[in-house]
Amino acid sequence: MQPAIEICGVSKAFGSVRALIDISLDIPEGEFFALLGPNGAGKTTLISILAGLARADAGTLKVMGHDVVTDYRGARRSLGVVPQELVFDPFFTVRETLQFQSGYFGLNRNDDWIDEVMAKLDLTNRAEFNMRALSGGMKRRVLVAQALVHKPPVIILDEPTAGVDVELRQALWQFIRQLNGDGHTIVLTTHYLDEAEALCSRVGMLKQGKLVALDSTHNLLKASTGTHLRLRLAQGTLPESLAPMVAVAPANGEYLLALQDYAQIETVLAEIRRCNVTAAFMELEQPDLEEVFVAIMRKD
Amino acid sequence: MAAFATLFRKEITRFWKVSFQTVLAPVLTALLYLLIFSHVLEEHVQVYPGVRYTAFLVPGLAMMSLLQNSFANSSSSLIQSKITGNIIFVLLPPLSHFEFYAAYVLASVVRGVMVGFGVFAITWIFVPVPVQSPLWVLSFALLGSGLLGTLGIIAGIWADKFDQLAAFQNFIIIPLTFLSGVFYSIHSLPPFWQEVSHFNPFFYMIDGFRYGFFGVSDVSPRLSFAIVAGCLLALLFATLSLLKRGYKLRH
Repeated sequence: MQPAIEICGVSKAFGSVRALIDISLDIPEGEFFALLGPNGAGKTTLISILAGLARADAGTLKVMGHDVVTDYRGARRSLGVVPQELVFDPFFTVRETLQFQSGYFGLNRNDDWIDEVMAKLDLTNRAEFNMRALSGGMKRRVLVAQALVHKPPVIILDEPTAGVDVELRQALWQFIRQLNGDGHTIVLTTHYLDEAEALCSRVGMLKQGKLVALDSTHNLLKASTGTHLRLRLAQGTLPESLAPMVAVAPANGEYLLALQDYAQIETVLAEIRRCNVTAAFMELEQPDLEEVFVAIMRKD
Repeated sequence: MAAFATLFRKEITRFWKVSFQTVLAPVLTALLYLLIFSHVLEEHVQVYPGVRYTAFLVPGLAMMSLLQNSFANSSSSLIQSKITGNIIFVLLPPLSHFEFYAAYVLASVVRGVMVGFGVFAITWIFVPVPVQSPLWVLSFALLGSGLLGTLGIIAGIWADKFDQLAAFQNFIIIPLTFLSGVFYSIHSLPPFWQEVSHFNPFFYMIDGFRYGFFGVSDVSPRLSFAIVAGCLLALLFATLSLLKRGYKLRH
């Protein structure tokens, strides 16, 4: 099966700044993919090139098999982009905005789908409001609706929840999950790593224009930092034999031990018993994507 | 085709929603010009034999308003979209550069012709002007508004801020229109300035347009037509090339 997105050897520079350096990446159909990286890492540049808003200096990109340059019509028809900036046209109402956007994709009689999208994004009672009269959250919903008017198989969301309240964020994710469930490929950039961890099955990380990590969320979590055991002793000190497992210097009488696998819990408990030490508190800590992200970004 | 039609409709809707500013205000301004100039100069100037100065002025004012508003339509729409960022709404869909050009320029033609006709209609109440050759009138109206709509696209794409667009408008478009023979015949100028006027394409638009009304002009309407059409074609290809390259639109 062809990938929904194929990126092959893409580089891009703005003057002397190298925004993207030889990026290659495939995203299979139906995947929920997270593109992560600090500000200025190149995420938005990569999305812009995919969407035809910018042009690569080298390399090729395809959306659903359509080259974004030579077959830009096919590529753009297959792609819905929710931009990072909260942009809107102040001349029009919500309904007009969606009707025009639909028409740009050649769909003139699309009112049923527009009504459906508005209903799902809770915009129906704002349909005749001018865009200027909407709150930031509502404008964000319209941007999502605009990206969906032509029912694209691939949807890219560039930091869609930046500055959005909790209620809308949850509603948005529920909706996007549903779209993914219906077979849409979703690419997400976000600074909320818990969001990416909960939603995305695979993660790519960009750092200074380079792809520094690309794996399933599960593997990244497993491989990078492992599981930790937080341990506070009622009396005594940590047995000498456990010292190599200490991940960070003890603080407030608490030790953080790095576990290679769960079987090591038993080793820890056995050592504690053998040395007549008593544990007052014990907690198993799973790694999260934020730790993985920080660790990868700190590497040279 | 549907994509072009939508962008065209959107551009028309955009200016029509603010029609006080985009249509009625320029018509009123032209009427004020007519009232003041005719009051001051009517008794002193006769440009063509048998044609009153006020009547001479009407086609010039109509054409000047048409040209300025055609330019304003495409240029202001593009710069506003660029500065507010909503230009991406037309860059993300599969619109070709030709559809993009055609939609913006035709919307400019519609607004320009609407304003030009408005000026002609409102001044008719005060100065009924004959129309000897409607075909020439229409030809020059369409060519002129198309040319200025195209220049508006170039300026709108080139300018990064409103100040640059204002410079384009105030230092290029307005001097070229004012010095093109709106208020006078170039035959009334000293020989040197007559020669200079021949290098101003706006002169041919107004001269040819005026020929359609009075059957009298400074140069042959066929020559004017050829020059204006040539300029339009050159600018059209230049603009299509800019759009195809994504100049200042796709980075």
